[in-house]
Amino acid sequence: MKHLLILGAGTAGTMVANRLRRSLDEAEWRITVVDPDEVHYYQPGFLFIPFGIYTKADVMKPRRNFIPRGVDLIVSSVDVIEPEQRRVRLSNDGRYLSYDFLVIATGAQIRPDQTPGLMEHEWRRTIFDFYTLDGALALAQHLRSWKGGRLVVNVVDNPIKCPVAPLEFLMLADWFFHEQGIRERVELVYATPLSGAFTKPIAARLLGDLLERKGIHVVPDFMVEHVDPDARKLVSYDEQVVEYDLLVTVPLNMGAEVIGKSGLGDDLNFVPVDKHTFLSPRYDNVFVLGDAAALPTSKAGSVAHFAVECFVENFIRYVDGLEMTRLFDGHANCFIESGFGKALLIDFNYTTEPLPGLYPLPGVGPLTLLQESEANHWGKLMFRWMYWNVLLKGKELPLPALMSMAGKQLVG
Amino acid sequence: MFAQASAKTAEYAGKIVHVNEEGFLLDPTEWSPDIAVEIAKEEGIAELTPLHWQVIDFCRKHAVNGRSPTLRQITSGTGISTKEMFSLFPKGPAKKVARIAGLGKPEGCV
Repeated sequence: MKHLLILGAGTAGTMVANRLRRSLDEAEWRITVVDPDEVHYYQPGFLFIPFGIYTKADVMKPRRNFIPRGVDLIVSSVDVIEPEQRRVRLSNDGRYLSYDFLVIATGAQIRPDQTPGLMEHEWRRTIFDFYTLDGALALAQHLRSWKGGRLVVNVVDNPIKCPVAPLEFLMLADWFFHEQGIRERVELVYATPLSGAFTKPIAARLLGDLLERKGIHVVPDFMVEHVDPDARKLVSYDEQVVEYDLLVTVPLNMGAEVIGKSGLGDDLNFVPVDKHTFLSPRYDNVFVLGDAAALPTSKAGSVAHFAVECFVENFIRYVDGLEMTRLFDGHANCFIESGFGKALLIDFNYTTEPLPGLYPLPGVGPLTLLQESEANHWGKLMFRWMYWNVLLKGKELPLPALMSMAGKQLVG
Repeated sequence: MFAQASAKTAEYAGKIVHVNEEGFLLDPTEWSPDIAVEIAKEEGIAELTPLHWQVIDFCRKHAVNGRSPTLRQITSGTGISTKEMFSLFPKGPAKKVARIAGLGKPEGCV
């Protein structure tokens, strides 16, 4: 009997468990999933919570609902991974679990503790995050009675989960404060370590002034060194200062601590892997999927989804000694909420930047790439249902895993 | 590589190289130390000191698919602090080093 061990029951780990349980013979393969948390969070939904669009109930469900029969779920964190011994040690009872194959899908977490000043006495008073459910709920509560002022969104460093979420937050905030009737009393500022809100050449040309048109001021090349919570200012490494009344931080993102402790990660605890197959270059029985992997594409649920489709086909060949032939291309597909009931959509991979066009049907759409539309907004809202009911359970979505050029315009 | 709208060229140290609209080299193999010296001048760095070169060499060595390492990777790999990086390559060190080292600009996903 062979044993497949999956660490993490988020988007990637849950999809792998569902798909491989169907593909691998139950008489030959045992599958175990380990996760420290009983609750599965729909993380893309956190963005809507501060503005009262989603509630807590929209974004949480019991993990067990999504783990199929024939897969063991153990609720525990993992103390250490010992790849040489092909085993992990559980934190709750110190027990060792041995494996033949390991899938690491432990995700990425925000680390406000890594920036001085963030997690002190003003944390969740004038400084908030929206990448955790608690943070998003606290911010929702704060915004209900906020009278206006200077709201700064600051990305500490890249990579971050869902790299477009900070832009979406600002554009939804613009809409929200319009609806509240206090937009003229709110200044919206985006301080980013990148050279602008849009950095890819074609997106920058088509969307370059999108934020400015909405009255959102961009502070580029801003690398925060510390926050002064009493003076309410962000100070960068080159001593630029950005003042705020309300700070919405996107803290440093790091992989799970167990990755660092086990000597498997880079300096941010993300695990280097082959970008087409997700196989570790160091251990021939270890794969890494989802946000936990150090890959040159976005940390996003869509990437995890497309990656898992390729991985599952490869894995059932790999364990039989066959070559892995379904090579992942870095495909990502992300909605960008732009407020006032509209959204944008981007579709790209390792080598093709986001281009304008129609998706998924060339010439038809109904979704528009790199362009605002109401259809995109409804697509994004509908996606929550798809996530819970189709995607996590490993059912097929009628979207190709690899990126297609059909429907995209090559702009000159 | 990414589909480029129109490949432009520039001349550095007597050599024609391909650049994008912001002056980043498109092909890292066209780079040479002499080119780095001239691009550095355009970026307002009059002289490249041994410390500058340590950073440039690190980035060239650790570039993946023509992409420069992140600022965090540079600081942990070279032992040069972020603060020092900002004094060596003022205003956006990651971007400046990438251009001087003939590598791609640090980008987001969109």
